[in-house]
Amino acid sequence: MTAAIALRNATPDDPGLVVRSRWAIIDTLTITRRNLLVWTRVPAYLVFTVIQPVMFVLMFRYVFGGAIHVSGNRPYVDFLMPGILGQTAAFATFGTAIALAQELKKGVIDRLRSMPMARSAVLAGRLVADTGRMLVTVLIVVGVGYAVGFRFSNGAGPAVLMIVLAMVFGLSICLIAAFTGLAIGDEESVQAFGLIWLFPLTFLSSAFVPISSMPGWLQAFANNQPVTYVINTMRALAIGGPIEANLWKSIAWLAGIFIVFGPLAVRAYKRAS
Amino acid sequence: MSQDSSGPAILVEGLTKAFGEVRALRGIDLAVPRGTVLGVLGPNGAGKTTAVRILTTLLRPDNGRAIVEGRDVVREAAAVRRLIGLSGQSAAIQEELTGRENLEIVGRLFHLSRAEARRRAVELLAQFDLTDAAGRAAKNFSGGMQRRLDLAASLVGRPKVLFLDEPTTGLDPRSRLGMWDIIRSLVAGGTTTLLTTQYLDEADELADEIVVIDHGLVIAAGTAEELKSRVGGDVLEFTVPDRSRISDAVAAVASIGEGEPHADKETGVVNVGVGGRGSDALVEAVRALDEVGVRTKGLALRRPSLDDVFLALTGHAAEDEKALTNGRRGRKRASKDTAKDAS
Repeated sequence: MTAAIALRNATPDDPGLVVRSRWAIIDTLTITRRNLLVWTRVPAYLVFTVIQPVMFVLMFRYVFGGAIHVSGNRPYVDFLMPGILGQTAAFATFGTAIALAQELKKGVIDRLRSMPMARSAVLAGRLVADTGRMLVTVLIVVGVGYAVGFRFSNGAGPAVLMIVLAMVFGLSICLIAAFTGLAIGDEESVQAFGLIWLFPLTFLSSAFVPISSMPGWLQAFANNQPVTYVINTMRALAIGGPIEANLWKSIAWLAGIFIVFGPLAVRAYKRAS
Repeated sequence: MSQDSSGPAILVEGLTKAFGEVRALRGIDLAVPRGTVLGVLGPNGAGKTTAVRILTTLLRPDNGRAIVEGRDVVREAAAVRRLIGLSGQSAAIQEELTGRENLEIVGRLFHLSRAEARRRAVELLAQFDLTDAAGRAAKNFSGGMQRRLDLAASLVGRPKVLFLDEPTTGLDPRSRLGMWDIIRSLVAGGTTTLLTTQYLDEADELADEIVVIDHGLVIAAGTAEELKSRVGGDVLEFTVPDRSRISDAVAAVASIGEGEPHADKETGVVNVGVGGRGSDALVEAVRALDEVGVRTKGLALRRPSLDDVFLALTGHAAEDEKALTNGRRGRKRASKDTAKDAS
């Protein structure tokens, strides 16, 4: 024991990039494991993140679906599921903002930052854990989709790519959520305002209804916003159809969000007090 | 990079920090010898937490320098983090996880092996009387247990210097005494400790040396005894049940005291430092009060407490919220005001 401590204290001040990177990865994994452990301990978190999309699937499939007409002779559920999956990935990040705000308030982040661990690991571990959480949720919702008649009809490769795209989309929202959570820093406010902007973005998109059914002025917005590009791309990957234009626009938007909100989140974390 | 083992464990020189308009620290100097406990005493907003956050590398100072175990907290932050432990105002533990898990994760983040982390966790749980609760989620712990777990977490890395930021704030009296015992046993083991508190009895009880901070400045320093002697010996204290007679009572005893009497209009408590004149002063006070016909309760002579010290130094009581918000007017003004209130 004392030997191990002595060893640790003997670590030189600047152990070099390789050693530091190695510790950064190990620390990130430790934080990831801790966050996932917390997630499994609170069944409410799991239920909350999974129940909501499942309700959306059932409601739109069986209640609103009958009144929504999509072009071609596809069943509505095939149109719906990529939209729901995109929404699920985006909303799974709700926990990111709340958890960070909570940890900030309680002093957990202070405690971690006063320790000789990699400073990047708190944020990185949060993002990795939340991505894992998102993947589980998305896969469960895919299962529910299959149970109510949805099928990936464009082959396995594109189906996997669709899930990857949903994850990257979710992660981009996760960065925005991390930034807002750290910047607001108050759990209640985060709960109230943290992701409220996500509602109009997802509903005024191609996620649930064909945009052609909206009034003209709304179409102008819905046709040109990132959620629509991403959902259209996911839909094309899942059930086939033209993909090119939407794919590039999605990539451009997602890259833009990463470039802007990545550094913003890191800065908010560094400044957080 | 001085590794001078004879120097102080904590050395702070001319430390300043402002948050916008608010000057949280206005030039603080501290020196804490190895193996001793420094009590940093001050009311809410005095700058205690800001100082701790700078010393624990969480905040950069605007000016001045802070050295912990020979390492500069700004330039050698990573080295400082290996030497310190921090236990903050709130229990920084993950409530959903068990006591053991909380400590093990901290151990892993200190880069102990899985087995070491586990052994250290078990050891600390035993030391802090948490063994029975080791497997329970921390959210089911009592407030005192959560604080103990938090303190245990700050010791995982066997810190040379421990920072305790208001370790008993919000605890019930029994848990508070328990916490005192634990802190005492820790410092008996030789860990240099900086402890902030707004409780005067706490600093008196635990600290070798005390510095009093108010509005970002050190306004007094010394041992508890030295600070108490600053009040000027014994304190004569009594209560005036008829609040309208307080000013008469103050006038009556004004000539007896060494300093100006202080009166609390709400509680009716009047006190005045009487130096070494002890029972003579007592007799004179009885006579003077009797002359003006003021009835009093509990007239007595007592040794000064740190409360009296604080009052004498700042003109407002340490835990007096109203005085605190008015305190921005400056200490001199405030002390004049209290005297005026009384007369």
